[in-house]
Amino acid sequence: MSAAPCYAGIDVGSATAKAVLFGRDGSMLAHAIIPSGGQLSLSAELVLTKALEKAGLARDAVQTVVATGYGRDTVTWRTKSITEITCHARGAYFLSPHVRSVIDIGGQDSKAISLAQDGSVRKFEMNDKCAAGTGRFLEVMARTLGLSLEDFGPKALIADTPAKISSTCTVFAESEVISLLAQGETVERILAGLCAAITQRVHSLASRVGMAPEVMMTGGVAKNIGVVKRIEQAIGFTLTIPEEPQIIGALGAALYAKDMG
Amino acid sequence: MSDERVPIRSYKRMKEIMTMYYGMAKMSEGTDQKIAWITSGGPVEILYAAGITPIYPENHAAMCGATKIADSLCAAAEERGFSRDLCSYARTDFGSIYTKNSPVPGGLPKPDLLVCCNNICDTVTKWYQELQRIFKVPLFFIDAPYQYGMEDGPEIIDYVKAQLEEMITGIGELFGKPIDPDKLNYTIDISEKAAALWREIQGMLAHKPAPMNSFDTFIHLAPIVTLRGTELCIEYYEQLRDEMKERIELGIASVPGEKYRLGWDNLAIWFKIKELSDKFAVGKAALVVSTYPESFCYQAPYRDENDKLRSLAATYIGGYINHGLDYRERDLLHMVEKFSLDGFVMHSNRSCRAYSFGQYELAKRLMQKHGIPSLMLEADMNDSRAWSDEQANTRIEAFLETLAARKN
Repeated sequence: MSAAPCYAGIDVGSATAKAVLFGRDGSMLAHAIIPSGGQLSLSAELVLTKALEKAGLARDAVQTVVATGYGRDTVTWRTKSITEITCHARGAYFLSPHVRSVIDIGGQDSKAISLAQDGSVRKFEMNDKCAAGTGRFLEVMARTLGLSLEDFGPKALIADTPAKISSTCTVFAESEVISLLAQGETVERILAGLCAAITQRVHSLASRVGMAPEVMMTGGVAKNIGVVKRIEQAIGFTLTIPEEPQIIGALGAALYAKDMG
Repeated sequence: MSDERVPIRSYKRMKEIMTMYYGMAKMSEGTDQKIAWITSGGPVEILYAAGITPIYPENHAAMCGATKIADSLCAAAEERGFSRDLCSYARTDFGSIYTKNSPVPGGLPKPDLLVCCNNICDTVTKWYQELQRIFKVPLFFIDAPYQYGMEDGPEIIDYVKAQLEEMITGIGELFGKPIDPDKLNYTIDISEKAAALWREIQGMLAHKPAPMNSFDTFIHLAPIVTLRGTELCIEYYEQLRDEMKERIELGIASVPGEKYRLGWDNLAIWFKIKELSDKFAVGKAALVVSTYPESFCYQAPYRDENDKLRSLAATYIGGYINHGLDYRERDLLHMVEKFSLDGFVMHSNRSCRAYSFGQYELAKRLMQKHGIPSLMLEADMNDSRAWSDEQANTRIEAFLETLAARKN
């Protein structure tokens, strides 16, 4: 063994792959995020390598690997796979033991999780088979409007009132956005409208599981301030946004890996 | 204990019976033997008493789903203008009528009459009207009003009984041969006897570990749907009951190492039945009761030996999905207690709104009032385009992880 052992959590999502490494003493050693390509198992390999490089560790230092996310079962060298529901809850609870609800909006799905006092999952809901209400929806819309994802949220906040986006389908909403632009609607109002549309979808999931404070938002979309503000208005609670919201699933997975030893 | 699952022997006999049933029905097409198409909750006893062969388009559609030809049949119906939002059983059967594609070679035998009872949904009303337009044969329609309360009113039982009487007279007049009242009473008796056996078998799943699971009962309910009111139906369920007794005595578990006991709400997902059965078994979860097969062993609280027809009317009003939410909640809670359930799997069935409409509310009540968690599984009984393997797998695994955390 070349170094002190570490424990890895890998979250292979549809848009990005994330890895988190924990040391034996319970400290987080490093994390990494890369875009996941078509080959999910390769993305898992690459993101782990990147995290190990950051931590200055060799591959054989990794003692246990817990894989999560939609590509979890493609990670053939995993010790165990655990769903992203359980991992997000664990990661969020680790960051703040007061967390009772998690809203996660990732690339392909969105979910609302209700936690018991001990951090275990009480109830969860996921979006249906549709990209509306997910990060992919915002990506497609940003592309249509020629904007970067970073500019999306701040720009959306500028509008006083949102434009009405009536379609909840990504494909139809795209053409609706184009038609709104043609009618002379401002980009800011359209962005605010898109944030409102995604919020509406997530709010229905959140209502079904029931939100109680503290509410943490995780997933890439938590970086979009336009969506965050709208969700806060809709649910009536302030959202806790972790420093790096994309890695919470991987963080939970790493904690499970550490439990396993 | 071995993780090897022991198959149910009686399955072979059931397959023989069902093949014989459909084969004989097909052979009688175009002969003097009359054939009726009937909804799953229709009063089949009257048909058997009249010597008419009943055919169940819903059972046929389920077979098409299980044999994975339903998607192409649905598409064939959609090509002819039926909406994709229409029930996938209806689309499957319309598609089969148009293309003749079916597990029954040449398709279902043509009907001489149609019998529709709206105790299962409103879709069947329009579905059977369309069948009437296609086949140009008489349609007998039984209106079994939806029951919002906890008990079915006597006036409703009388109302349905009057319609059954009209149907009995009507069929007698149609074929110039009145139905023998003694034969009808006898048929009602043996139908109830088969239902009692089916109830007994369902009840045996309360045993820990359960000798079979809901995925098995979905398959083994074919005779109670199609053959209730025949001796053959009784014979089959006696055999299945004896096999279950034996499995209990020998300690044969449907899911070896059974850890979680779950209930299932709504119809089966026919095109995924084996995969789902395996998926839950890997997670050591046995589905031990379902509102769906339970619907075919319903015994109305009202029974009168001297007025069997009124008892029959009460039975056909009384099914689970002909009732409001308070009634359904009571039924689900009864299942939780009787079968020692850890949770419920609710198949939110895109095709069956009558079944699915209250599930979120029921799940909420189960959780808030009784602490029983539920999993929502969005799917469709026959249309696999409404299914996503990965999404379903994540939901199921996450639900089992949640149950594991609760047990600890």
